[in-house]
Amino acid sequence: MCLAIPSQITSIDAETAMATVDTMGVSRTANLGLIDEKVSIGDWVLVHVGVAMTQIDEKEARETLALYEQMIKADLEHEALQDGESVLNDRD
Amino acid sequence: MIGTEQLYSALRAPEKVHSMQRIIERLYLNYQRPVRIMEVCGGHTHTIVKYGLDQLVPEQVRFVHGPGCPVCVLPQHRIDAALHLGAMPDTILVTLGDMLKVPGTQSSLQQARATGCDIRVVYSPLDAVSIAQKNPDHSVVYFAIGFETTAPMTALLIEQAQQLRLPNLFFHINHVLIPPAMEMILATPGCSVDAFIAPGHVSVITGSDIFTPIVRRFEKPLVISGFEPLDIMASVERILRQLNRGAAKVENTYSRSVTRQGNRKAQMLMERYFEPRPTFLWRGIGAIAHSALQLRAEFAALDAEVRFAECCPAPAPESGRGCICGAILTGQAHPQECPLFAQQCTPTNPHGSCMVSNEGACAAYYKYRRDQ
Repeated sequence: MCLAIPSQITSIDAETAMATVDTMGVSRTANLGLIDEKVSIGDWVLVHVGVAMTQIDEKEARETLALYEQMIKADLEHEALQDGESVLNDRD
Repeated sequence: MIGTEQLYSALRAPEKVHSMQRIIERLYLNYQRPVRIMEVCGGHTHTIVKYGLDQLVPEQVRFVHGPGCPVCVLPQHRIDAALHLGAMPDTILVTLGDMLKVPGTQSSLQQARATGCDIRVVYSPLDAVSIAQKNPDHSVVYFAIGFETTAPMTALLIEQAQQLRLPNLFFHINHVLIPPAMEMILATPGCSVDAFIAPGHVSVITGSDIFTPIVRRFEKPLVISGFEPLDIMASVERILRQLNRGAAKVENTYSRSVTRQGNRKAQMLMERYFEPRPTFLWRGIGAIAHSALQLRAEFAALDAEVRFAECCPAPAPESGRGCICGAILTGQAHPQECPLFAQQCTPTNPHGSCMVSNEGACAAYYKYRRDQ
């Protein structure tokens, strides 16, 4: 019910506050009546039952992924460190 | 510029999900107690079951599925109202697709349509405008369902109807609110929920701050999550970190779409047309105070519950169907523990509401797990 899909704006009709969006390769319309900020072609919005409910924050999207990748990297290093320690312990 | 890589692909990458699984396993070594994490969004339930995330986390970490599907919690008397409204002469009932198969006392909207009632399913609530314009000699009733996610779209429709002065478009409002239901679950004696994965798209509208009072009162970690597998696994990681430290706070791993304040324009539109109901009956759960919206009294002329009051029955005790939807909706039972699951109750012949909607917990287990 609360399904909302990231969609990229492909055209905007300012007069009717309607946009055409690309949702995973499917072209459909989205009403922009709930969006306060100015959006442009190429921007990503979340579309729910034909209405854009928010603009997706590109900086936050990049930072979230970077954070996940950093967590994974830190974990792999931690693991490598532990493996190294156990190798050292085995030698003792 | 971001693209599908940042929004989907990388967040589904198996090697990243497995790395997060190892982080969770390591964190859990320091905790070693059973953890029950409730999600209250059908979209999260589906991601968890579809990708088998419940099988990736340590055995003692369990996902329990709360009342995350607004169609599943709608009580029978509201569906009966839809059936009565749809059966009125010269009337078109308009609703979203999820509603069609939900059983009322006598039948479902789908069955009513087969007997000749004009019941139309729309992609967007806003489609009701053109239906009303093209049928000036009919009453058009929009049967509105959904959580905070969908209520602003109904408000937008009402605004358009007002601007166009459509005399024949009426509204039957069934929007329900998630925080009061979460509080009810946490306040129930014997509640065994240790943490929440909070609904991402409800939070887009409400903002993450709406959950602060619940976290303060009940001292349970709560993480707002996106809908990709890596989002959910990262949210579990956040929860375990909080539990390890004995912390309880609101965190947000869905910051690409959720802010602390939410969508103010949507909130203002909702406030203009709606107010909380004193109480609302949730199917299988019971009455919860201030847990649903109704049209403000000044818009009574648009309110189908006022205009067609004779079609709208009062709340009544549910007739039992032998299923355990109530226990499933409050996280006390798993779909596969229901004696009717995948036997008498299937998506084509649903007994309980959790099997009806695509987003119900039973529908998710039927789709992805019925052979296990």
